[in-house]
Amino acid sequence: MRTSPRVRAGQYVLLAGFLLFLGFPVLWIVSASFKSSAELNSLSASLIPNEWVFTNFTEALERQNLLRSAANSFLVAVCTMVLGVVLTLPMSYALARLRGKLRAAGTVWILATQVFPQILIIIPLFLVLRTVMLNDTLFGLILVYVTFTLPFTLWMMQGYVAAIPRELEDAGAMDGANRFRVLLHIVFPLLRPGLMATAMFTFVSAWNEFFLALVLLQSPELYTLPITLRSFLGAEGQTQLGPLAAGAVLATIPSVIVFGFLQKKLTGGMLAGAVKG
Amino acid sequence: MSAATAAVATPSARSARSRRSGGPSGPRQRAERREAIALVIPALLPIIVFSVIPLAVGVALGFTNATLARNATIEFIGFDNFVKLAGDTAFWNSFGIGIVWATSVAVLTGVCALALASLLNANLRFKPLTRIIVLIPWAMPPVVTGIVWRMIYDVNSGPLNAALGWFGLGPVNWLGDFSTALPAVIVVGIWSGLPQTTVLLLAGMQSIPTELHEAAAMDGANGARRFWHVTLPGLRSVLIAITSIDFIWNFNDFGIVYVLTEGGPGGRTMIPPLFTYLEAFRNREIGYASAMGDVLVLAILLILSVYIVVQFRQQKEGRS
Repeated sequence: MRTSPRVRAGQYVLLAGFLLFLGFPVLWIVSASFKSSAELNSLSASLIPNEWVFTNFTEALERQNLLRSAANSFLVAVCTMVLGVVLTLPMSYALARLRGKLRAAGTVWILATQVFPQILIIIPLFLVLRTVMLNDTLFGLILVYVTFTLPFTLWMMQGYVAAIPRELEDAGAMDGANRFRVLLHIVFPLLRPGLMATAMFTFVSAWNEFFLALVLLQSPELYTLPITLRSFLGAEGQTQLGPLAAGAVLATIPSVIVFGFLQKKLTGGMLAGAVKG
Repeated sequence: MSAATAAVATPSARSARSRRSGGPSGPRQRAERREAIALVIPALLPIIVFSVIPLAVGVALGFTNATLARNATIEFIGFDNFVKLAGDTAFWNSFGIGIVWATSVAVLTGVCALALASLLNANLRFKPLTRIIVLIPWAMPPVVTGIVWRMIYDVNSGPLNAALGWFGLGPVNWLGDFSTALPAVIVVGIWSGLPQTTVLLLAGMQSIPTELHEAAAMDGANGARRFWHVTLPGLRSVLIAITSIDFIWNFNDFGIVYVLTEGGPGGRTMIPPLFTYLEAFRNREIGYASAMGDVLVLAILLILSVYIVVQFRQQKEGRS
């Protein structure tokens, strides 16, 4: 199956087009984060900064609210990750192994959460959180994030559980271990790759999330990074494009790093959930 | 996809369990039920409080006159909200924009992803570079995506207008002009959705047995014909699933458009979730906003079921 040189050339041109489309905007904002404000507002746009300026990053970090928002985002992301893993693990096992009504109900719920617009859920969610005094708190936001990532993490993890041979568990049970010992010593260690994927997925989801935080947080000192970055876009932000670009680049770095590790597992997990369900 | 496999898997699992427990409610099964409860409760509590109850309440609120004001009395008003909504042209405009936006993004992302995945599957060079470039838009927070593209589209200092300037074309106010705002926003939707769709399609392509391609090649089929007769049919169910999911996600999406245009100019990019958000949290009419949400759910279910039924019927006809 040799490909003719002309077709090859066409393929490379097309690939270059895609890479330009996907890559150029990223290069542009990285470049913008190193440009002076004079150059940013000038009409002659160039990808390589005329003079390299590093003050955008220091200026972005000196803004108290940006650092505080980053700290908020980090706290929320880590707590969501830990809670997400702790809650996903037993439930995904139950979904994969103990079939019947529970499994059917779980599947219906997972599908429903995907079809219902968040906007419909956020209104009563806001009322529920207000009733339990958790609106406008990071803890309330964490609980909501955990719940909203559960459909995907459960879906993915039950695929990993289903891939573990039952015989392993039965052997453990024969040796007299009860179900929880079997889980703790046989099943959970085998699930480590899936758990890593769950942890990274919940971290990135919480770190990137915008809409729920926008509705549920009112106090500026609780704002997460996306909310604060978005507020820089207002009248004040227009004149401060450099620090805004620097802040946007800094906010993206953790996601890209975690995602680099996650990507393969994520697609593997999606397929595992789909094929082995 | 999952429903079919689950249906196949369930009978064997059930027989395995009844074989071991020896009867419909033996002690073994009661123990199993206790274990199941212990395993499920930790996750079930937040699911019920923060997902199932809000879902049910959200649907029900559409039939009330609820507002965000504290201590407001909530009354059931039947279908009044829906009657009012039927004559609300602003909502239906927004609905139409949502359909255009979600369909365009899902279809164009599917087409682009199919092309890109074929390229990645074709033994070209620069794979590590491609992998990194594909990764970043995927990982990027939606707010940052919005910020990036606002800079790209900027009237005065944006590179897009600079490039137009080389050809002597005037600057275009991409996000501010009535005719270009929605297409410009759709391009951003494709940009952020392309990586994930590509990677999933690539995984689907790699699961097609190479023998099929080899057999087709032996029969004299060239690359294009092999793509049409081997790759595409093999990918069909994956493609249907992915475009459906892309459609739902984009129809329900909020972040990117909010950051890019906030629904402007003149409501040209006012997708339904944004419209509903403003009704709920700016006008504080959460009963009416919930009724909009109910309509959106029904619309999504209707569109999806029609699409899936049509697609699978075609698939059956194609086979026979």
